[in-house]
Amino acid sequence: MKRIILALTLLLPTLGFAAGGGAPVQKAYNDIRNTASLQNGAKLYMNYCAGCHSLNFMRYQRVADDLGLTKEQTQMLIFDPNKKIGDMMGTAMQKEDAAAWFGKAPPDLSVISRSRGTDWLYSYMISFYQDDSRPTGMNNLYFADVGMPHVMWDQQGMQKAVYHTEVDDEGHEHQVLSHLEPEDPAKNEAYKAQVLDLVNFLEYVGEPGQVQRLDLGWKVILFFFIMSILAFWMKKEFWRDVH
Amino acid sequence: MKAVLNWFDSRFPSAGKLYQDHLAGYYAPKNFNFWYYFGSLALLVLVIQIVSGIFLTMNYKPDAETAFASVEYIMRDVNWGWLIRYMHSTGASFFFIVVYLHMFRGLLYGSYRAPRELVWILGMLIYFALMAEAFMGYLLPWGQMSYWGAQVIISLFGAIPYIGDDLTLWIRGDFVVSDATLNRFFALHVIAVPIALLGLVVIHIFALHDVGSNNPDGVEIKKNKDENGIPKDGIRFHPYYTVKDIFGVMVFGMVFAWVMFYAPEMYGYFLEYNNFIPADPLTTPEHIAPVWYFTPYYAILRAVPDKLGGVIAMGGAVGIFFLLPWLDRSPVKSIRYKALPFKIALFLFTVSFITLGVLGVLPAEGTYVLMARICSVIYFGFFLLMPIYSTWGTPKEVPERVTM
Repeated sequence: MKRIILALTLLLPTLGFAAGGGAPVQKAYNDIRNTASLQNGAKLYMNYCAGCHSLNFMRYQRVADDLGLTKEQTQMLIFDPNKKIGDMMGTAMQKEDAAAWFGKAPPDLSVISRSRGTDWLYSYMISFYQDDSRPTGMNNLYFADVGMPHVMWDQQGMQKAVYHTEVDDEGHEHQVLSHLEPEDPAKNEAYKAQVLDLVNFLEYVGEPGQVQRLDLGWKVILFFFIMSILAFWMKKEFWRDVH
Repeated sequence: MKAVLNWFDSRFPSAGKLYQDHLAGYYAPKNFNFWYYFGSLALLVLVIQIVSGIFLTMNYKPDAETAFASVEYIMRDVNWGWLIRYMHSTGASFFFIVVYLHMFRGLLYGSYRAPRELVWILGMLIYFALMAEAFMGYLLPWGQMSYWGAQVIISLFGAIPYIGDDLTLWIRGDFVVSDATLNRFFALHVIAVPIALLGLVVIHIFALHDVGSNNPDGVEIKKNKDENGIPKDGIRFHPYYTVKDIFGVMVFGMVFAWVMFYAPEMYGYFLEYNNFIPADPLTTPEHIAPVWYFTPYYAILRAVPDKLGGVIAMGGAVGIFFLLPWLDRSPVKSIRYKALPFKIALFLFTVSFITLGVLGVLPAEGTYVLMARICSVIYFGFFLLMPIYSTWGTPKEVPERVTM
């Protein structure tokens, strides 16, 4: 019995890590109903991400409608003169070029929030740190040896990894990363708020109908609730003569 | 109104006879309890799946290049497409929830016993067709789990001696899961298996109505008839059980709607997170797990160290249900009157089935493998030892008439 408990406690953490590898993810408390946050997220996305990452399942029109963008804002959203408002939000970068430049073509982000989850995306975006051994000079706590450079470094400032030494059972010493230290903590906090908006936008893009779904659901449940009360009375009435 | 009915009745009397035989004139025991909702609910879910499936088919593209995108197109650009898609994906899981509870009811009250062996066997064939239907449907969104799940399951057929490799090639229509596989799975999922399912469901119900329903007491109500030849403990299916089942449908609707609107992914168990990554034949996911309703069998497969042995054990785990009517030798049908050894065996079986389901989503390593092996032994022991332990002990006395 003791061995089973021991095995279970040892195995449990591996379940959590299996998804991303590295540290446990940090919670992203984003609010899908916050339109201002979504608008800011869309702006950040177009400025920092859209150059490389496509949103091939998302139309400009839908974003403009759902986020209540004005005509001018919509123009800024599209910015590519070759694109029409009904087009998908693709990227101008060619897949072959991208693969040559980064080792792997940057993935489409239309449903990234549904495969990775918002918590992981948030954690990933705030956890780039300096690593001179990498071609980009950057590494990530949640995505070891990531090909993507820290495109928003000007917003966050640099982060340094802090290590401590651990000695294993056989007496060997290991350098273990304990945490990241931002150069400018105040700037880092402001950056986290920006990332939250960006992640919020990605959650919206992952399922644009989500708010509609949440708003409709309780009405349907209420309908079935009232109907089940009526059906219960009807059953009782019909079953009166059954003894 | 009456004239119109008579006009039809004189030209097509079978319609009236069907209504009489299966609804208004079908006498069901009056003591059905909670467990008896799941038959009609299974029928409801079948209808939900067919109707939502028709609308999905209008917009889905069974093509490896466009399948994933067409699902997202349904989720975004098709009016109420997200609702239809979630209805279908939630319905798939609920189909198994309802069917598992329906089968468990059979185990509880001995509904598989004579004279209902054929009803049970037909039900098992439905379950079998349902698994095929679900497995093929799961490939269609063409996500990573769709692709690799299909790859793993189809490759199991390769373990069969002599014909294995040719058989897998024949199933896939290619050397790997590919566009050809997707296209044929679509055809089977949308036409072949649903037709088989519908036919089997009709025969299942007809066969049931010929022998009559069992009930929680396991008492044959046909043994006690009044002067008109109507069972004393029977009530007309319509209106008594139709109104009761309507209540069941409404309560079920609440649960179904809650999942569909507020937890359509069910934390990655109904819609797996990795399935939002398009299928990539060059990248194998770290951890491949089937959807939850297959995990008990997947755990049995992995519990056996030998590949062919595992495949045989997995197939046997499903197939052994067919033998159940002849394995149970207890003098009584219902768990209410069965002796203690059978009750303990059914309890252990239920626990091990659920445990296997949990183990099937976890990686097969360390203690988990040992636990899966123990549960597999209990699983098979429940069936294979049943002829022995079902005769042990003294059952309680079964009443003459049903109890309310």
